[in-house]
Amino acid sequence: MLDDFMTRATLAGIGTALAAAPMGCFVVWRRMAYFGDATAHAAILGVALSLALSLPIFAGAVVIALLMATTVALLSGRGYAMDTLLGVLAHSALAFGLLAASFLTSVRIDIMAYLFGDILAVSRSDLAVIWGGAALVLALVAWRWSALLTATLNPDLARAAGIDPKHEELVLTLALAIVVAVAIKVVGVLLITALLIIPAATARPFARTPETMALIATGVAIASAWGGLRASYAFDTPTGPTIVCVVAILFCCSATVSGLRRLKVRTD
Amino acid sequence: MTFLVETRGLSVRLGGSMVLDDVDFTIRRGEIVTIVGPNGSGKSTLLRTILGGVRPSRGRIDRAPGLRLGYVPQRLALDPTLPMTVTRFLGLTRRIPPRERDAALTRAGIPDLGGQQMADLSGGQFQRVLLARAILENPDLLILDEATAGLDQPGAAAFYRRLEEVRSETGCAVLMVSHDLHVVMSASDRVICLNGHVCCEGTPQVVAEAPVYRALFGEGTQGALALYRHRHDHRHDHGGAADPDATRVREAG
Repeated sequence: MLDDFMTRATLAGIGTALAAAPMGCFVVWRRMAYFGDATAHAAILGVALSLALSLPIFAGAVVIALLMATTVALLSGRGYAMDTLLGVLAHSALAFGLLAASFLTSVRIDIMAYLFGDILAVSRSDLAVIWGGAALVLALVAWRWSALLTATLNPDLARAAGIDPKHEELVLTLALAIVVAVAIKVVGVLLITALLIIPAATARPFARTPETMALIATGVAIASAWGGLRASYAFDTPTGPTIVCVVAILFCCSATVSGLRRLKVRTD
Repeated sequence: MTFLVETRGLSVRLGGSMVLDDVDFTIRRGEIVTIVGPNGSGKSTLLRTILGGVRPSRGRIDRAPGLRLGYVPQRLALDPTLPMTVTRFLGLTRRIPPRERDAALTRAGIPDLGGQQMADLSGGQFQRVLLARAILENPDLLILDEATAGLDQPGAAAFYRRLEEVRSETGCAVLMVSHDLHVVMSASDRVICLNGHVCCEGTPQVVAEAPVYRALFGEGTQGALALYRHRHDHRHDHGGAADPDATRVREAG
């Protein structure tokens, strides 16, 4: 069954959606969208370095993404506004990554595949990495769920309950780096943040608790991965961007419904 | 164990300036202690040091082994992207049996609001939910950081009466920072006047009469003392909102 490239691609998409959606909720709640971008852009540097040193791409991407997160943490609060700092780091990492990749004349790599994903070329071993990474992220988030949630709400509230907010931040950073590494093959570094944020934002109007929001976001992400894959097959369009377009359309529907609902409440 | 939390020679330096200097502080089981002091006197820093969020630069801080803390922040900025019902919030850090949860909601005076979104609550309801959640942790020590900042006087008075009930029901100690001098003083066993260091300390009456306290808070605090005595004669429904002196204290504070 795994011989069919469409089956492999579908499984890769679903695996990525499973990891990205609950993580994306935390990215939205903690307003880390730009931080997610910086981590994702840094991953391209990780990819170039792994190819140069013939290391596994997953490991390289995770390590560089973590290094980026540490750099952000070290430099924050030193005179630069957070968005300026993240803007500098995100785009520098991307530029240096592309530069590093251009030096790799010995290996013929299609850098576009890492920028926008190449889900149709997912191999069995890629699939193992994606599902392994997704399982790790889900386990991490499920295990720390209530601590992560409390630390997100208020750090002092967390401390009173015996939770170390710095520790939970570290867990989130690690999980985010793994999600980025998992999603590279599927949507590429430039569109990973979309897969994190848009399903969570789409789920928001229909959720009453954090848990339902994470579940709905997961459903939205899976539906988009599946729908995007089918659409890209039918219309012969690039798959990564098609997946993001589908989730963006779902977001528009969600925003419209919630807008109409609010209008109804006001006129009632 | 005689104390729940004790600090000896505690000093905290934040961003190059000494916020707390050589603070000796003790709170024992079942005590209600209020910290008063002008803005920037280190009240919140002391609370956050006790919670563990700020590292002392000198001195030591001891907590009773197995100490359980309940914390009511001044404000909880709930991000609009985070959906949260009252019920879910009450069970944030530990699973609460439905009966216990309903009892907590009833005691907080909001029995029917369990399914409400936190964001839709009024200021008073929100603070009562924060208090109810902290109590559900079965704390030995309840810490409140200006928990009544957004409430009007009757609301604040009701909030403090609820605190006294909680103390007598559960025997937990209460440590709070407040600006509602007149109401808080009457509800406290001990008042600590802080201004970087401990200026004076004692029963509300002793502190209110201390010259350093008057120097910090001005003549308006005469009203606080008057109200303090007043409140012990009989009880008003509105916590003395009609007392002109009380109003003046608020303006002065």
